Amino acid sequence: MGVDPDLPPNSLAIEARDLVKVYPNGARALDGLTFSVRAGTIFGLLGPNGAGKSTTVKILTTLSRADSGVARVAGLDVLEVPHAVRQAIGCVAQKSGVDIDATGRENLSLQGHVYGLRGKVLRDRVDALLARFGLAGASSRVARTYSGGMQRKLDIAMGLIHRPRVLFMDEPTTGLDPEARADLWEEIARLSRQDAITVLLTTHYLEEADRLADRLAIVDRGRIVAEGEPETLKGELFGDAVQVEFDGTAPESLVRTALASLTGLREILVDPHHVRARVDHGATAVPSMLAALEAGGVKVASVRVARPSLDDVYLRYAGRSFSEADQGAPR
Amino acid sequence: MKVLSDSVAIMGRLLRNLARQPWWIAISLAQPIVYLLLYAQLFKRVVELPGFNASSYLTFVTPGIVVMTALFGGGWNGMGIIQDLDRGIMDRFLVSPISRVALIAGRLLALAVTTLIQSAILLILATLLGARFDGGVRGLVVLVVSGILLASPIAALSNAMALVLRRAESVIGASNFIILPMTFLSPVFMAKALMPGWIQTAASFNPVGWSVDAAREALQAQPNWSIVMTRFVYLGGFAVLSAWLATRAFRSYQRSV
Repeated sequence: MGVDPDLPPNSLAIEARDLVKVYPNGARALDGLTFSVRAGTIFGLLGPNGAGKSTTVKILTTLSRADSGVARVAGLDVLEVPHAVRQAIGCVAQKSGVDIDATGRENLSLQGHVYGLRGKVLRDRVDALLARFGLAGASSRVARTYSGGMQRKLDIAMGLIHRPRVLFMDEPTTGLDPEARADLWEEIARLSRQDAITVLLTTHYLEEADRLADRLAIVDRGRIVAEGEPETLKGELFGDAVQVEFDGTAPESLVRTALASLTGLREILVDPHHVRARVDHGATAVPSMLAALEAGGVKVASVRVARPSLDDVYLRYAGRSFSEADQGAPR
Repeated sequence: MKVLSDSVAIMGRLLRNLARQPWWIAISLAQPIVYLLLYAQLFKRVVELPGFNASSYLTFVTPGIVVMTALFGGGWNGMGIIQDLDRGIMDRFLVSPISRVALIAGRLLALAVTTLIQSAILLILATLLGARFDGGVRGLVVLVVSGILLASPIAALSNAMALVLRRAESVIGASNFIILPMTFLSPVFMAKALMPGWIQTAASFNPVGWSVDAAREALQAQPNWSIVMTRFVYLGGFAVLSAWLATRAFRSYQRSV
């Protein structure tokens, strides 16, 4: 966690209060969304597709306007002084903004020019960013020839060219292969540690939010349904999740009858292939669960015990499983 | 000034990208060159009609084709906006402090340069084919300026349309629907005196007509400069109106994202 020299310690780099946005087609993208981000931290907005994450970023970066509510970035109101906000922020959009007909160096130079950098200052800054993101060797090739990971790095380098105080990253690793994703995670963590930049990251990868965010908020249907440090959110869930996979299928009534004699099982969910439950201690509960199922005539194929994950947090606050929400939501 | 330096930066980007695909210039020249070769042959004897008042049809039609090429270039200009929207480049610019005016003006500057190059190629070709312009270099300069003064506002409208419609098909359809009739409701191919009355009337309200009028007049041995000047004033007014509409279109776009 770095310290932003331009902002007093513990001050807020982003404040969003009661944001409402209804699109012309009637879709209510934001429905009273409120959160704030302390300067110098990485904040994650986690939610399925269509939850309102991108709309939030568009409003905070002055691209779109909220119908009501207040948004301040780096202490500046996005509606009152959009121009000052634009100079203070960097953006890495969900969709790459790289000009693929231009070279890496040309992309960075134009971007720097737009933010008022000129001459040697601009050239040095471009060289430094090309080196930092491992693009120096490819700097005079047109970006069309770059891999997805390289284009994303160029996007981030362009977002950083003017040393912004707040960096917005909308789904930065979507569409990248696992290696490129891990690479980018390190880079993002470095931004906060070394450069003292406040980062707002949206993602629909639970793992990504868990890995990177100092704090995160779970967004569902245009509202924040939970907010806190990832560990705290997970700690609010009691105990471990146990999932037993049947050998073939088993009728729900049979499974429930078999488990009825056991104590300490909570939140039991049964589907034809699995039973899931929450227990205080997974390791000690498993043997008696397996014995009860076998005695009841249910054949078991495998068993899995897990510490609470953000998926569980999501299920609890949004009332549906993450993958379900992700598939059901319009993009 | 920021508007100016941003505009020049955008122009630089577009011209550089264009220079990487020279085949594009070749393709965009193919149509006017075919017109120049075929029309000049097909309508060769039209000049014999009483009242046509021109020595050769090639000489007559060349400024028309230069203006028409500029018009088409302007009409297609919005396709660049569509591409920038699709590639996320437009959103990247809109969250930056770049001047909104420069996003359009930079495109128009690049268009002026490409129009100049295309016009020069067409004029060289026409001269090789035997066209002779009494107005000399001064007349040819006015011809190219007339083309650019027409192409710019048409391009601004094409950009506005691209920002509002945001689909390549819509922009292609809309610009064909406007540009082809504009070409035929003007003296591009036919002497004004020999056009039906209602087309003459339409032509006098048609920016393509203004541009062709100014160009043909300036190419006369003794041009009537007041005709050139009035047409330039009309085109200037049209440009101001179009530029205003184009910058308004950004607001429409930002309301919808």
